[in-house]
Parts: sequence; structure tokens; C-alpha cells
Amino acid sequence: MARTRYAPDRGLTARMTATMFLLGLVSVAFIALIIGIGAATHASDAVIVLFALVLGGGFAIGSLFYSDKIALSTAGAVEVTPQQQPELHGIVDRVCALADMPKPRVAIAQSPMPNAFATGRNADKSVLCVTTGLMNRLNTEELEGVIAHELSHVAHKDVQVMTIASFLAIVAALLVRFSFYGELFGGGRGRGGNNNNAFPILAIIMLVSIVVYAVSFLLIRMLSRYRELAADRSGALLTGQPSALKSALVKVSGDIARIPTRDLRAAQPLNAFFFAPALSLRGGKSLATMFSTHPSLERRLAELDKIQRQLNQGR
Amino acid sequence: MGFLDTLLGRTKPVPPKLDDLFALPSAAITLEAGAGFKPTGSGSVCFRPVEGRSFSDVQKEVQELLDMSSGKEGGLPVEVTKDTYGFTWLVSSHLSDQVDALVTDLHAVNSSLVDAGFGPQLLCTLVAFRDDQERRLALIYLYKRGTFYPFAPLDGNNRDNALELQVKGVIGDDLKWEPDLGRWFPVWGAPGL
Repeated sequence: MARTRYAPDRGLTARMTATMFLLGLVSVAFIALIIGIGAATHASDAVIVLFALVLGGGFAIGSLFYSDKIALSTAGAVEVTPQQQPELHGIVDRVCALADMPKPRVAIAQSPMPNAFATGRNADKSVLCVTTGLMNRLNTEELEGVIAHELSHVAHKDVQVMTIASFLAIVAALLVRFSFYGELFGGGRGRGGNNNNAFPILAIIMLVSIVVYAVSFLLIRMLSRYRELAADRSGALLTGQPSALKSALVKVSGDIARIPTRDLRAAQPLNAFFFAPALSLRGGKSLATMFSTHPSLERRLAELDKIQRQLNQGR
Repeated sequence: MGFLDTLLGRTKPVPPKLDDLFALPSAAITLEAGAGFKPTGSGSVCFRPVEGRSFSDVQKEVQELLDMSSGKEGGLPVEVTKDTYGFTWLVSSHLSDQVDALVTDLHAVNSSLVDAGFGPQLLCTLVAFRDDQERRLALIYLYKRGTFYPFAPLDGNNRDNALELQVKGVIGDDLKWEPDLGRWFPVWGAPGL
């Protein structure tokens, strides 16, 4: 049995586990609290909670099933055949053969912004999209690094994981909205014996939902950053060329900062699945890091340095 | 990939399957009898080099090993080329009736890389064939799948799909074929073809 040079990163695994555990803890606490409130108020307000859960679940399932179509149409991308883009397809073919995974559909978005994303609810239905800006700026090996990173997202099932992780935040956000309108319109109307109870209970639900939303939002962002590092890692190990990915990251990050704001706003909804985010937050650096979906460039480069050393260990 | 690996965003590098490659010599005989395609005696191993010293050392050793074995029988030295995708091809050339020796050479490359811990870098192996009308054909072995597929290039980045399917039919069960046609990727301009 040959030894492996591809040891897992225990620190990253531990941090990701802790984040998911906290996210799970918040959901359980949230649901327990809502059930508690429902029981205390003879369930008259539980209807909106149920409604929010169903609607939130619908959103999550919908976005999971239509993620490829939504992402492609938002980015204005078109699928390309191997005849149209033999080189791009050649790279994807080879990376897929190395990783032993089915080949995704390949699409190109006409955009000067250098970026790439992969989406779809499973490996068979996934689609990989690169922008023309990315293809113009990167050479073949750098493009391969980016594609390996995106295909690692597919292999890690990041679309499913992040959709499930976001479910709670969606429900909490819906509850904030519902209880807000409930207070506006429901408070004045007659509600039988519960009338004088309704106001404070809706306020409590709203408060709890706001807190849950804020906490889970931060945790989801944190999880997203860890998933990016994990994809960087798997991609670099797959191609054996962490340096190519590093140089791609440097090129892309430098370019993105120079793109005008109009493009940035237009691309914002897709950020979570992009290779490098097109949004740079102003203000305190630590705050920007907390809210960001992607780790900082320095962090990503440092992690890739580690992989480089690991691949090059003596025999 | 297991549930836990998905949850934690880990991928295990896929180790190569080496053994099915040895089915090639008997398949070559079937192919010649059934479709008139003769091996050209050249074959190649394609892998993704890893940056850094460790890997280049291993690659140098493999090359020396193959050069030594080819020198004994008066064969040609091993040729190393890098393609436009950054993959390295080690091309080994033999007389056209020495498919066994060719497969042994290819296997030597495989096992050297695997022993050094670089097994996941292996992409494919290609063995070239030709018929009387000089039509080109390659049988390609995918390491990660342990399966073969045929590749028949025509001029100008076109493939002779009819010939490929015919070859698959002729050889039949002698080789383990790749069932997913989406993985029959073209290798235009592959060295040794």
C-alpha cells in the first residue's frame, strides 16, 4: 500500500464541524422556542410559523431544483459545445477524468468580469460556467486551476449543503416579515379571547427571529468561507499545481477590484457560488471578513502554500 | 464519496486502477483479426505533473528505467512531451508485434508513480493502431475508471465515431469498455498516435 501525499486538513475539518454544529444548535433552539411560544399561546400564532416553514422549504427546494437555470440566466450564460470551445472542453474533460466524476455541462457568460461558478443540485445535473473575462486573462493552467476549484464545489455538493444551511435563515427572515405585518394588521382586529395576548407574542417572535437571522447569517458566511478553502484545497491537490491556482487568484482579485460598480451590483446575487466575490466591503477589515462569503486573498494564498509544501515532501 | 466527506468538504484523491491494462495484448490480436488494425508499437502514458522537486525526481527515475529497458533490445529511447494542457506524455516505442513488452513498459511507469505516492496524477494510457488505409486509431485506458474507449481522429478535429463504435463491437468483451460516452474525451494531437 503506497503512502498518500493527500492527507486531509484536520484544522479545516474541525472548524467546519464546529460551524455546522453551531448552526444546528441555533436551529434546534429556534424551533424549540417557537414551539414553546406556540404552546404558551394555545397555538393561535403557530399558523404563521407553519406558513413560514412551508414557504421557506418551498424556496429552498425551488432554488435547489432550478439552481442551474436560475444561475445561468442571471449570469446571461449560454451552453457551449465541444466544437465551439474545444480547449475549454478539453480542460474540463481532463480534470473530470482525473477526479473520476461525470462531466458537467459547460457554459460561457459574456462578461468582462473574470469569474466562474458551478451549480446544479447534483453531479449529474451540474453546469460549469466561466466568463469571457476569465478566459481572456488566464492561461491554460490557471484556467484549469479555477475549473478544478469549481468542480470541487460540485464534488463537495456545496449547492445542497449551503441551501440546507440557509433554510433556517430564510424561515427566520420570513417570520420577521410576517410578524411585522401581523402586528400592523392583526393587532387591531378581533381575535376572540386571545386579542390582548397577540401583540406581545408577535413582538417576541419577531425579536427571536431577528436574532436567529443575524446569528445564522454570520454562521452561513463562515461556513461558506470554509467551503471555499476546502474547494481550493481539493482543486489544488487534484491538478497538483497549487501555484497555478495562486496565480489565477492573484490575477482575478486584482482585476475585480478595478471593475466599475454597476457591474458589481448586477452580479451580487450570484456571489455565493462565484470563484472570487465581486463585492468588496468598505470599512473595518475584520468586519468585512466576517460578512464575506469568500476568505481573504491572503488566507487563500497561505493555505495553498501549505498544500505546496505537502505535495513536495521528501520521499 | 461518503456522507461525512460531503459534509466536511473533503475529496479523497482517486487511486488508479492498473490491472485491467493487461487485457490489451489479447484485445490487440482480436482487433487485428476482426478489423485489420495493427498496433504501431507505440504507446504512451499521460499524467498531470505535480509542481516541485519530488515529482520531477520521480519522473527522471521513470525515464531512466525505461531507457535502460529499451536500450537492451535495441528499441528507441523514451520520448517525453508536454501537451498544451500541461499534461506530460511518456511515449514508449517498440516493434509492432511487441504489444506485451509495450504494456510492460507502460505498467512500469504506472507502478513507479504509484509507489512514489503520485498515483492520483495518472490520467490515461494510449496505445496506437493503424490499418492498411492508414486510418489512425487509439485505444485509451482511463486509470481512474479501469476502462477503455476507442478514439479515431480524422483531419481537422473530427472523430470517426462509426469506426470507434465498430472497434468496440469487434473487440467486444475482451476489454472493459467505458459505459459513459461522455467520458470518451478526445485527445487531439496526442503524442505517439
